Amino acid sequence: MRLTLRIWRQPDAEAPGAMRTYEVEDISPDMSFLEMLDTLNEALILQGEEPVAFDHDCREGICGACGMVINGQAHGPERTTACQLHMRHFADGDTIDVEPWRAAAFPVVRDLMVDRSAFDRIIEAGGYVTAPTGSAPEAHATPVPKPDADTAFAHAECIGCGACVAACPNGSAMLFTSAKVNHLGSLPQGAPERDTRVLDMVDQMDAEGFGGCTLAGECATACPKGIPLPSISAMNREFLRASRRR
Amino acid sequence: MAVTGLAMLLYLIAHMLGNLKVFFGPDEMNGYAHWLRTIGEPVLHHEWFLWIVRFGLLAAVVLHGVSAYQLSRRDLAARPVKYAHARRRASYATRTMRWGGVIVALFVVWHLLDLTTGTVNPRGESGHPYENIVATFDTWYGDTIYIVAMLAVGLHIRHGFWSAAQTLGAGSPGRARALKATANILALVLTAGFLSVPLAVMTGVVS
Repeated sequence: MRLTLRIWRQPDAEAPGAMRTYEVEDISPDMSFLEMLDTLNEALILQGEEPVAFDHDCREGICGACGMVINGQAHGPERTTACQLHMRHFADGDTIDVEPWRAAAFPVVRDLMVDRSAFDRIIEAGGYVTAPTGSAPEAHATPVPKPDADTAFAHAECIGCGACVAACPNGSAMLFTSAKVNHLGSLPQGAPERDTRVLDMVDQMDAEGFGGCTLAGECATACPKGIPLPSISAMNREFLRASRRR
Repeated sequence: MAVTGLAMLLYLIAHMLGNLKVFFGPDEMNGYAHWLRTIGEPVLHHEWFLWIVRFGLLAAVVLHGVSAYQLSRRDLAARPVKYAHARRRASYATRTMRWGGVIVALFVVWHLLDLTTGTVNPRGESGHPYENIVATFDTWYGDTIYIVAMLAVGLHIRHGFWSAAQTLGAGSPGRARALKATANILALVLTAGFLSVPLAVMTGVVS
């Protein structure tokens, strides 16, 4: 495959950036999107140019490190992560636009890399369970009803990639925060901190400069892990409940 | 946004049903308008109920507008850089909430000057709402402004009702379809109900 890439290049956080055009050849349809970028970077290095910086780690769709907006869609046209997006979803001769996540709370570090530590601070604010450590407890010591376990697991799938924020027209982190609130809130282990968790996490989310939710629904469409839109309503329910009890 | 929006939605349902009185002739319509002023008597004085509703609505409109302004400012600040590869996002109703809301707010001002104070009404005779309605919908601009505004109201309700339900925590995967359907039905029925009056005047069913 032969492709034209228009990629956001920005040397550092302060410098202005711009879209730059590159041509790549001999791209196999079986390559992942990141492997295609690797091919471009090899060529750039040989030419003595700076390679395109992008985040990546596991390259099997489970870590949430990679993330870029491809043709206006977070992680590209398929519902998966950029590392699991294959070039067969594009046609020979295509022009592909590649941009970093755009949100005030996710400042660009370089090229396609953004600083997502705002997510870490939201988790620090309450996305955990305070429990004494030690040997693993017996599996049946705390019974969890199957529907609750399913709800918790569906929300625990969030890998914190930030596609929800990137896709949201308001740069809102409601879907990300709701995933952790619902994950821990639906389990007995999470019950003691249920109220403070949602209040503190939402406070931190607002303090980080994420936008408010207008239920556009773009986040749930972009989420590679399929966190559903009604999770936001479930978090609002938790928030109202906790506010009444405060 | 959600609480004030739902309060105004309840008022719109009552308002639309009241408007349908126009199809029963001038005596019914004018009698109904007069009755509205006597609600709560003798505990409340004449027109007191109406003024309580008016102040409640004014508070709802102001709070709704202020929250919309605050939310919009926050949302625009959270996404300072646009994507170079723009893509059409969300539904038409969702994308037009801000400007649709502004259009509806401007219409409310026109509507009050037209049919409450009678300032811009071609007839503007107090106590004769039926005749005033026919007079305003006999003008091309009266019809145009009203029809455009009612379409904006319908779109606003379609996204607004569903969003309000999510904000108040009523959303769940099982209820998603029912809530969407309720929002669509409310939007359709209210728009159709409101539009039936100018259409009836334009076609001569009401004159």
